[in-house]
Amino acid sequence: MQLRIPSAAVKAQYVDPTQVVVDPVRHTTSPLVTGGSVVGIRCCDGVVIAADTLASYGSMARFQNLSRLVKVTDNCLLGGGGEISDFQEIQRLLENLITKDFCFNDEHTQSPRSVHQYLGRVLYAQRSRLNPLWNSLLVGGYTAGQSFLGMVDLYGTTFESEVLATGFGVLLGLPLLRKAYRPDLTVQEGIKVVEDVYRVLFYRDARSINRIQVATATEAGVTISEPYSLETKWDFKGFVNPRSPYDESTW
Amino acid sequence: MASIGTGYDLSATTFSPDGRVFQVEYAQKAADNSGLTLGVCCKDGVVLAVEKILLSKMLLKESGRRVHLIDQHAILAVAGMGPDGRQLATRARQECEQYRNIFRAPMPGHLLAERIAGYVHVHSLYWHVRPFGCTVMIGALEEKQGPALYMIDPSGTFYRYYGCAAGKGKQGAKTGLEKLDFRQLSCDDALLELAKLINEAHDESKDKPYEMEMIWIKSDTGKASLVPPNLIETVRQRAEQIAREEEMAD
Repeated sequence: MQLRIPSAAVKAQYVDPTQVVVDPVRHTTSPLVTGGSVVGIRCCDGVVIAADTLASYGSMARFQNLSRLVKVTDNCLLGGGGEISDFQEIQRLLENLITKDFCFNDEHTQSPRSVHQYLGRVLYAQRSRLNPLWNSLLVGGYTAGQSFLGMVDLYGTTFESEVLATGFGVLLGLPLLRKAYRPDLTVQEGIKVVEDVYRVLFYRDARSINRIQVATATEAGVTISEPYSLETKWDFKGFVNPRSPYDESTW
Repeated sequence: MASIGTGYDLSATTFSPDGRVFQVEYAQKAADNSGLTLGVCCKDGVVLAVEKILLSKMLLKESGRRVHLIDQHAILAVAGMGPDGRQLATRARQECEQYRNIFRAPMPGHLLAERIAGYVHVHSLYWHVRPFGCTVMIGALEEKQGPALYMIDPSGTFYRYYGCAAGKGKQGAKTGLEKLDFRQLSCDDALLELAKLINEAHDESKDKPYEMEMIWIKSDTGKASLVPPNLIETVRQRAEQIAREEEMAD
């Protein structure tokens, strides 16, 4: 809280409370360093979540080698977009949660569903205090033969689905994910689908780069791949000879 | 042995004429009243063991823990009042969590021991709280120091040890510990040595049956864990067998 006392009153010993000007309490109302889309698909033998490795500073591609995918437990993983410092805070909260479980040593670990609920509660509580953690998170996991994929946004909205995405991934990725989804989709096929989505995102999302990581949660555990680039095709007629700038239909 | 501190023992804020704080000494007696608790710092890790007296046949084993995981690199064992020890374990966990939050690194063992010792000591300074009636042993593994073992008594005094003992039968256990070569001792060997010491200290006819709780951190995994119950059972049976063989040889 900032207490700004007019200079005349500083010399006086008594501060007239009616003369005191107090700034309203301000919390972060716009994100600074942001991560882009996160995309996920639920498969019969696991979950696939992918994200690119870019943290943008407005329109600048500031940090190009940042992992936005995190292993929470041996059967739960988290992908985050939005304000990166808030995402790091969420990582810290989850690490503390997992350490507490470790110390209890009762063979109970947080299930992916529990992690999803926990994050939903934390984000809702923050937003209710008008101090949001400005993130869109995808939580995925595989326990007891069941895949789980859920989303939490900065308002604390939570839902589960077979296909999920955040940011531009919702507009460009979800149609592709929905088309490709089958109940008997395998993780290997799922990886191909999310790669395809990220190819499109790289073509069309101005705040993306061609370097992605793909994480999977299966019976064997959670693995997060090393970053890699996708093959892209730039000799489409529309890219080589873009139409008149006055014609806005680039689709 | 027991000196009566008439008049000078009513609060922790009173010294006696010969410079003793009786409340702290009484707390130490509470710590000495428990089953034997042992700690060993081996060449490749730290092992703590507790002889937990089972007060009733109705008790479920493995409940009422006296060994606690503090963080992935730190462990704690309690000699004395269990609830007091649990409070210290909780405090140690909070200290380690806070250290990780600020420095993103595991809390060094000597720092953790110092903080817990300070916390124990502070409870001997005020009239409205009582000292902790337990001695705790803290084992930690860190990059620079390697495995380390600390013992903190109710006065808040703490030292770093190769091997330490607390509770009933600690004198005999200390003699047994002094015979070990800590530079050569491995964690796996230490399990058997500790089981033997606890078995020797335990008097079948006088004391109630006991459960052995053991906890360790090994350098190769770098992670603290409770010793699995079947491994404890194996070393306990081996220790009892060795004791029987020695008796027959006499």
